[in-house]
Amino acid sequence: MTGDTHDHGHDHGDGPVLTYADDSVHDRNETGHFELLTDALKELSIEKGLVTATEVREYVEFFDSRGTEKGAEIIAKAWTDPAYKERLLADGTAAAAELDIPMAGAELVVVENTDDVHNVIVCTLCSCYPRTILGLPPDWYKSKSYRSRTVNEPRSVLKEFGTELPDGVALRVHDSNADMRYLVLPKRPAGTEDWPEERLRELVTRDSMIGVAPARDPA
Amino acid sequence: MTGAALGPPGYAAGDAVRVALTWPPGHRRIPQYIRGKAGVIERYCGSFRNPEELAYGFDGLPERHLYRVRFRQAEVWDGYDGHPEDTIDLEIQEHWLSPTEGDA
Repeated sequence: MTGDTHDHGHDHGDGPVLTYADDSVHDRNETGHFELLTDALKELSIEKGLVTATEVREYVEFFDSRGTEKGAEIIAKAWTDPAYKERLLADGTAAAAELDIPMAGAELVVVENTDDVHNVIVCTLCSCYPRTILGLPPDWYKSKSYRSRTVNEPRSVLKEFGTELPDGVALRVHDSNADMRYLVLPKRPAGTEDWPEERLRELVTRDSMIGVAPARDPA
Repeated sequence: MTGAALGPPGYAAGDAVRVALTWPPGHRRIPQYIRGKAGVIERYCGSFRNPEELAYGFDGLPERHLYRVRFRQAEVWDGYDGHPEDTIDLEIQEHWLSPTEGDA
């Protein structure tokens, strides 16, 4: 910092003064217990030569840059290519790798919604999520209420997301509690029979791949 | 901390199993709500380093067989009022499972 060494005992203008306290609501708590722990671990890991600062930065940048595009690519391909869909349901990790999508050490399980079965994903223990495919999980996915209620009252939870399952449709909840990561293959919306893969991708939303909503209705 | 080498998986898809009803201290990835419940192996997932050891800085070896086990919601929760075919699947390591044959 240079050129700003004068005493700050005065006000700079007519506008409201933005204090550190005011602004901190938009920021992460840099001095919280876990934030300090994270920083300490990072510094130690760099000091011990386990990782470099550049590797940490690139890793954060990679995950921050991920959206749901890769997931939409997988789903649209499965909708239009029956042989790919079969491979995807049999071995999700290998089918993702076909599209150059990495799984970062976990295995991918893809579960298919049909006229008789609806699937929804939750991680009751923490926030396991296919981040290389869907990016970072939404805040609600990490909330205690979603994590606890989705396992024992899943139909109520879906209803709160606006998804009411018809009678006769069985609901399968998948607790992502260990080494698998899950992706829901939503039902292909009616009226899209002649749509090309690229256009179908626009109908594949994040929430439809978690299973709290159907794919977007083209109508 | 190392043990015997990993043998072949003890269960296959379709086998009826029960999760151990036990409350050991330490890092466990078997949620409490599923302990003691009976289900059916949905698929074998492969073998993975044991998270109960990894959590404390050990190497997690030998790896443990991991299965996806499917449970009927009506059997997991008292008073579950959804569809009778509603299920919940979890990933359970082999050392938490036993066959349900011979269950009382």
